[in-house]
Amino acid sequence: MNGPVFDIAHMLAGGLVLVSMMMLYQDRLYALLNVFALHSLVLTLSVAWQALIQDAPHLYVTAAIALIFKAIVIPVALHRMIRQLGIHREIETVVGVGPTMLAGIGLVALSIVVMLRVTPEADPLAREDLAFALSVLLLGLLIMVTRRNAVSQVVGFMSLENGLVLAATGAKGMPLVVEISVAFSILIAFIVIGVFLFRIRERFDTVDVRALDDFRGRRRK
Amino acid sequence: MNVLSPLLAFDAVAAVLLVPVVAAALLALLPGYRITARLNVLASLLTLLAALSLFVTERPEPGQYLLVDDLNIVFIVLNAFVGFTTSIFSASYIAHELETGRLTPANLRFYHAMYQVMMFGMNLAFVSNNIGLMWVAVELATLTTVLMVGIYRTHEALEAAWKYFILGSVGIAFALFGTILVYLAAQPVVGEGYDAMVWTILVEHAATFDPALLNVAFVFLLLGYGTKVGLAPLHAWLPDAHAEGPTPISAVLSGLLLNVALYAVLRFKILLSASPEAIAAGPLMMTMGLTSLIFAAFMLYRRRDIKRLFAYSSIEHMGIIVFAFGLGGPLANFAGLLHMVMHSLTKSAIFFAVGHVAQIKGTQRLSAIRGLTETHPSLGWGLLAGVIAIAGLPPMGIFMSEFLIVSSTFARHPLLAIPLVFGLLVAFGALLLRLTGVAFGQPRGSVAPGKASYIPMYAHLALVLGAGIYLPPPLVAWFQHIANLLR
Repeated sequence: MNGPVFDIAHMLAGGLVLVSMMMLYQDRLYALLNVFALHSLVLTLSVAWQALIQDAPHLYVTAAIALIFKAIVIPVALHRMIRQLGIHREIETVVGVGPTMLAGIGLVALSIVVMLRVTPEADPLAREDLAFALSVLLLGLLIMVTRRNAVSQVVGFMSLENGLVLAATGAKGMPLVVEISVAFSILIAFIVIGVFLFRIRERFDTVDVRALDDFRGRRRK
Repeated sequence: MNVLSPLLAFDAVAAVLLVPVVAAALLALLPGYRITARLNVLASLLTLLAALSLFVTERPEPGQYLLVDDLNIVFIVLNAFVGFTTSIFSASYIAHELETGRLTPANLRFYHAMYQVMMFGMNLAFVSNNIGLMWVAVELATLTTVLMVGIYRTHEALEAAWKYFILGSVGIAFALFGTILVYLAAQPVVGEGYDAMVWTILVEHAATFDPALLNVAFVFLLLGYGTKVGLAPLHAWLPDAHAEGPTPISAVLSGLLLNVALYAVLRFKILLSASPEAIAAGPLMMTMGLTSLIFAAFMLYRRRDIKRLFAYSSIEHMGIIVFAFGLGGPLANFAGLLHMVMHSLTKSAIFFAVGHVAQIKGTQRLSAIRGLTETHPSLGWGLLAGVIAIAGLPPMGIFMSEFLIVSSTFARHPLLAIPLVFGLLVAFGALLLRLTGVAFGQPRGSVAPGKASYIPMYAHLALVLGAGIYLPPPLVAWFQHIANLLR
């Protein structure tokens, strides 16, 4: 692997993790959406770079989907939706920024330790990509867990999915990548439409299902 | 014969996939409840016939995308059978929903089309030989059920659909990451491209894959698909989705969709066990299975909603099945397979009964449903028979499979048998406690006679009873063969 090629791929994938970390502490919805658009932009660059160095033209399709759909259409649509739903105020984070950031750092460390240890023989590029992708995936999960607002949960899910696309493009010659990214785009479109149509504003206040069930049992009478 | 048979076999596989697709397109276009409900039944029947013909026609060679082997035929036939009986139940259920105005004709068109798309997704997941394709198919099946869970558009239904959606999507994401890791493990050995995702090729070469990578991949796959199996602690979507959606969907969710995810886990378990240096998948699956069993058994006690009660019972039984497959070995695998079939048949029969009961009484609250055997004898006794079966009492089939699981646990890991039996007894007690009132209490609420046909429910129960009394030797031989395949 020659130096600059590897370094650029590495930098872009690392940039994705960095932007994921940035998403953790955004406490306003608009800001969160802007950072997510940046996230998708970095993903686009990363995928396009992979397409170039792997000489895999079909990956340009994935890059184009990431650019058009996730960096432009979805953020713009969500912007308008937030205004119409009247929830452009603050995000209620369940956990404070400090602990969230610490948890995020812990997750990144964890995924790097896990992935680098199990892939000593893999292609170094795929190996680093995978470690970063797992970090992005876990950070996305963390965003979903620490937010209560449905829109920011969706954003968390989309960043998680960006991590998956990074992993899929990093795996050299993996078939069905384009199909999978299309399938995911459809899934996301469904979620976004669902949020809008049914005006889902809040996630349920508790992750403890027992409490939720009891509450519902009482309400129903 | 030998000239035509490959062609016929291809047709059977294609029919299993194409009939639902064509039916979905037609159902989306056709107006009118009577025609569409009948067409739905007809399409499901054709799918069932196509699935049955897989037994007699020659199987196609495993290709890049599709595969028919001894394992998935059982799943496909079970899927098509329950899909068919549920479509009959659905026709009478939906007629009532139309009368009461809970569903509009426009909803209905959507509902029927989605039903067939879901059947397509599930069948595709079963026949796919490509782990990427399987992932897409499971996603498709999940997506359609999400839409159907939310079809009543009430606050609770939307909440349930949303929860299912989010948790299901996270599960799907983990499963995809696991799939990518499997590809990466295969790529140095098999080479780039499609071959490294074809299951039959993967199994052949699994022994030479990097075991560490396979281990991590399996953890992700188990978590991802395990979310869909409804294993604790990833089960949170399941009770809501069962309770708030239309009852035919609860029946297919419990009876079929959980099996689809289970099938995916089993496929990867075979892959992992083909690699001698990888960790054993068994202990992981046994832990998750036991946790689900015991957790769900205790949760059964405090249910007030009848559909929620049986949703927790599904978690319990999926726990038992995963435990059995985790235990491994010919006997436990055989028992797990039998238990899976019996559970699908029994649980969907119970949901058929529950659907009619909830429609007659106008509520799903357990305390409002009392004395069914007195007011609605055929429905009440049917439900009671279903509960006896699901609680694991003889002479029903579930008793036999549970007995086999417990006895093989005693033989191999006596200590694990203690929590297993404990969980089974707790669940047994909860079900009897809840259901005696429903069956024999002082009648309450509407006593209007049900107008529905109870044939699907009794057909399922008869099969479960029959299996409990006598299992035909060819079936036993077939299951034993699969049990050996599963290792």
